[in-house]
Amino acid sequence: MVKKIYFQSIFFSFFFIKEAFAAESGGMPQLNPEFWVSQIFWLILTFGIMYLVLSKLILPKISNNLESRKSQILENIEAAEKQREDSDAKLKEYDEIISKSKLEANSIFNQAREKALKDIGAKREVLDKQIDNEIAEAEKEINALRKNAPDKINKIAIETSSELLQKLIGAEVNNSSISAIVDDLSKRNGDKYYGN
Amino acid sequence: MAANPMSQFDVYRIGPEIKVGAFDISFTNASLFMILSTISILLIFNLGSKKNSILPNKIQLLAELSYTFVSKMISDTAGSKAKPYFAFIFSLFMFVLFCNMFGMIPYTFTVTSHIIVTFVLAAFIFIGVTVIGFIKHGFGYLKLFVPSGVPAVLLPLIVVIEIISYLSRPISLSVRLFANMMAGHTMMKVFGGFVISLGIVGGWLPLSFSVALTGLEILVAFLQAYVFAILTCIYLNDALNLHH
Repeated sequence: MVKKIYFQSIFFSFFFIKEAFAAESGGMPQLNPEFWVSQIFWLILTFGIMYLVLSKLILPKISNNLESRKSQILENIEAAEKQREDSDAKLKEYDEIISKSKLEANSIFNQAREKALKDIGAKREVLDKQIDNEIAEAEKEINALRKNAPDKINKIAIETSSELLQKLIGAEVNNSSISAIVDDLSKRNGDKYYGN
Repeated sequence: MAANPMSQFDVYRIGPEIKVGAFDISFTNASLFMILSTISILLIFNLGSKKNSILPNKIQLLAELSYTFVSKMISDTAGSKAKPYFAFIFSLFMFVLFCNMFGMIPYTFTVTSHIIVTFVLAAFIFIGVTVIGFIKHGFGYLKLFVPSGVPAVLLPLIVVIEIISYLSRPISLSVRLFANMMAGHTMMKVFGGFVISLGIVGGWLPLSFSVALTGLEILVAFLQAYVFAILTCIYLNDALNLHH
């Protein structure tokens, strides 16, 4: 308000100066109405043309540019978001695949182990049976041998003792009497040799 | 003649005298600078709106910053209803700004330092705003002169004051711009004259003043254009959103 009064006072003082020194100088050229019409005419012409060109051609373009940039930036942000989501989903998928394949590998491994164990078990059973059979046969043989051994030994003992006696005495000795002696001896010492 | 600080405001004919009827519409130095301002505005904003790159170049940035500046100014003061008048206020702001700024170049003519130019702009705004107000609100627009919450005793006085203040709008609007421009340019001229008359010995003080004044005047040139535009927005706001 003070500023306004100040400038208005300047304005009016110039106005009065013009009145006072009209003869010496032109005073305020602004108050000379000689070119007022010309100024109004050119102002309306230039401002009008500028307003028309700006409002019809240039400003819509600038507003368009601003809008399109805004929308493009928004679109880009959206696209980036979408891609991020996609990559997240893919990462999840990948993780799932990895965990699935891990599980699969585990199960395959377990299956293989079970199969191998089964195989081993079956083979072992067969082997065990074979071994058992062989052991049984061997035991049978041993038993047979064991059963036969005293008889054979007795026989050998009888024969050797008869031959020994023949060579020592030079006379035939009755086999039956010798065998009786051997039997008696072997029965007495059998426990010592065979342990059962 | 050159020593007279007012001679910079002289209007003179360039070329022949053109008369339409009784009216002299000759091409003058004022017309020249109006055309220069207009052409520079159109050139800058045309260049600034030609390409639409995501990363704007300098001139595009200038155009778009001006656009958003004025658009924000209008929406802040007059609301969203003022959108149809954006182009007019934008042109007004740019025209006044460029005329003021052209005036800051030495030996140029300041179009806005002439009362007739600013008065025609202000009168156009005044009439336009009044017409818009009456179209939007009918005779209800007269409520603008009756502020709410005023004691009945004071009402006749207040209404008279309101009417006077409303009617003085074009005068205050035009005189503000014209007087600022004229006073600033006169002052610069006066100080420039002091530099010459005081010579090499005493001329340094007014010279430094002159330099400071130039900076101040550039600020004033921008500020007055802004004030002119924002007052137009405020008047428009009164006409569009009657809330007295």
